[in-house]
Amino acid sequence: MRLNAKLVAAPAARMVLLLICVTVLSFLLVANAPIDPLTMYVGTESTLSDAAKAEIAEHWGLDDPLPERYLIWAKNALHGDLGTSITYKRPVADILKERFALSIWLMMLAWVFSGILGFLLGIAAGVRQGTAFDRAVKVFCLILQSAPAFWIGLLVLSFFAVRLGWFPIGMAVPMGKLAADVTLADRIHHLILPVLTLTVVSIGKITLYTRQKTVETMDSEYILFARARGETRGQIVRRHVVRNVALPAVTIQFASFSELFGGMTLAETVFAYPGVGSATTTAALNGDVPMLLGAVLIGAVFVFAGNLIANILYGVLDPRVRERGDYA
Amino acid sequence: MPDAMQGLLPDPLRSLPSRPRLRAPNTRRWLLAAVTACLVYLLVVFVWGRVMSPDLYAVHYADKFLPPDAAHPFGTDFMGRDMFHRAIKGLSNSLVIGVVASAVSSVIGLAFGILSAVIGKAFDKAVLWCVDLCMGLPHLVLLILISFMLGKGAYGITVGIALTHWPELTRIIRAEVLQLRAAPYVLAAYKMGQSRLRVALFHIVPHVVPVYLVGVVLLFPHAIMHEASITFLGFGLPAETPAIGVILSEAMKHIATGNWWLALFPGLLLLVTVILFDLIGDGVKKLLNPHSGNL
Repeated sequence: MRLNAKLVAAPAARMVLLLICVTVLSFLLVANAPIDPLTMYVGTESTLSDAAKAEIAEHWGLDDPLPERYLIWAKNALHGDLGTSITYKRPVADILKERFALSIWLMMLAWVFSGILGFLLGIAAGVRQGTAFDRAVKVFCLILQSAPAFWIGLLVLSFFAVRLGWFPIGMAVPMGKLAADVTLADRIHHLILPVLTLTVVSIGKITLYTRQKTVETMDSEYILFARARGETRGQIVRRHVVRNVALPAVTIQFASFSELFGGMTLAETVFAYPGVGSATTTAALNGDVPMLLGAVLIGAVFVFAGNLIANILYGVLDPRVRERGDYA
Repeated sequence: MPDAMQGLLPDPLRSLPSRPRLRAPNTRRWLLAAVTACLVYLLVVFVWGRVMSPDLYAVHYADKFLPPDAAHPFGTDFMGRDMFHRAIKGLSNSLVIGVVASAVSSVIGLAFGILSAVIGKAFDKAVLWCVDLCMGLPHLVLLILISFMLGKGAYGITVGIALTHWPELTRIIRAEVLQLRAAPYVLAAYKMGQSRLRVALFHIVPHVVPVYLVGVVLLFPHAIMHEASITFLGFGLPAETPAIGVILSEAMKHIATGNWWLALFPGLLLLVTVILFDLIGDGVKKLLNPHSGNL
């Protein structure tokens, strides 16, 4: 197990370093924005004297050199303090905690649905390579992959919510209802359309990938031998295809957290769903720097977690990689 | 390869007088025709959008919210603007950004990809690190940040898209160059005392060009989609410019009242464009590869 730990620890260490660099990059980008945080805070028509403004700038450390400002931010962030949102006048960490709770449901449900459906569809198409069914799946997925996420969201919204009236038009809870009265059914009712959108957006990639891997597997000689032994298609799929395709498919699904986050941001905007994605956009549109940095941090950690899991999965679950690691 | 030899073997059917001498177009001709058709379509959209008179999508309050009909194939919006012409104009604007962004990104990708495989280990590591750094944030979030830093608008979005689409191309080209570097003829060239630069220019670059061209074409749809997404979120092109992202974000406000055509058709136009670029990319890939292009 000593060498297995090495397979996990080395990529993990590299990725933690990478995460730090990503936060530095984000900080640099935000700090160089033409938006003056002080003006954003007090408003353009404030009657504050210059001395008072200088005092706030001093308190915030706006005149300190950049590295120092980054270190202060990073230190506070590690302690769970992401500053105070300018738009909401509340601690960023609290806002993002509430919003992430909403977003994570959206993302994980869509992730699981698209993963399972895409995997099954991909295998079903791959073992029937060249048939009408296979070609239909392929074209369907190519179209889905080329369709902008927000456009699919708009179509889903206008069909299911406006035309059929089955679902609410937006938000995470019924409008005008007290937080205490919101039931689980309400939440699920509001979650269905965003999850449907995000599932449809994410399913193309995983289906095409699984299909490709299945086709490659079906071309191999051990499948030919299995056929010669008289195995049925069901047996071949269960004994050989699923086992060989599952790991790369799961890995690619974890590695696609970045696109999942992007799709979630667009879906949340379409459905006015108050999650992290819409927080990112509103924060950037309103010049709410602490909030923007906090939301970006969540995005970075999310992608980081996905990549880390994908890396570890490859090293630990695949017996070939694991064994090679052992012999190395 | 039996297919490649088909033309050389005597064909007993061909000597029969009743058989017409015309043969069905082969794959290569089909591909060429398909790629040309896609290119012509995109060129028409682009030029049409460039020379289009703004009167065609001007405000006519009398005609607002007209469903699609013969005069307005895509309907009209809340200011009575003709959605068909607005969408074409918008797509043309997106194509400009797509062209600029993929041109810049592809040059960065090509340079990094070749240099990282040619210069040496340390540079290679640094480039890989940059690639991972760029991919460490959700792409959309990175675009939002760059747009935020440069101030919203056409400039920010173009720079953002141009500077964030090179990592994947760099990876592909780097992998290709690494493979080439181990090829016997490259090793032989080194042994004969040719300089690294000369080997790179005369022995490596020519073989990377096909991969590069395909990569550039396939980069296009990503660039256009990201432009539309970012504009949709409110960072990209300003609201008064006709752009697919602007059109769709306006459509969002009016969709609750049942004006479905505002979103459906402009999005469909974007979708078709993205698919065409994918088809061109695949076609070029097959044409440049002798194994698949000459079947």
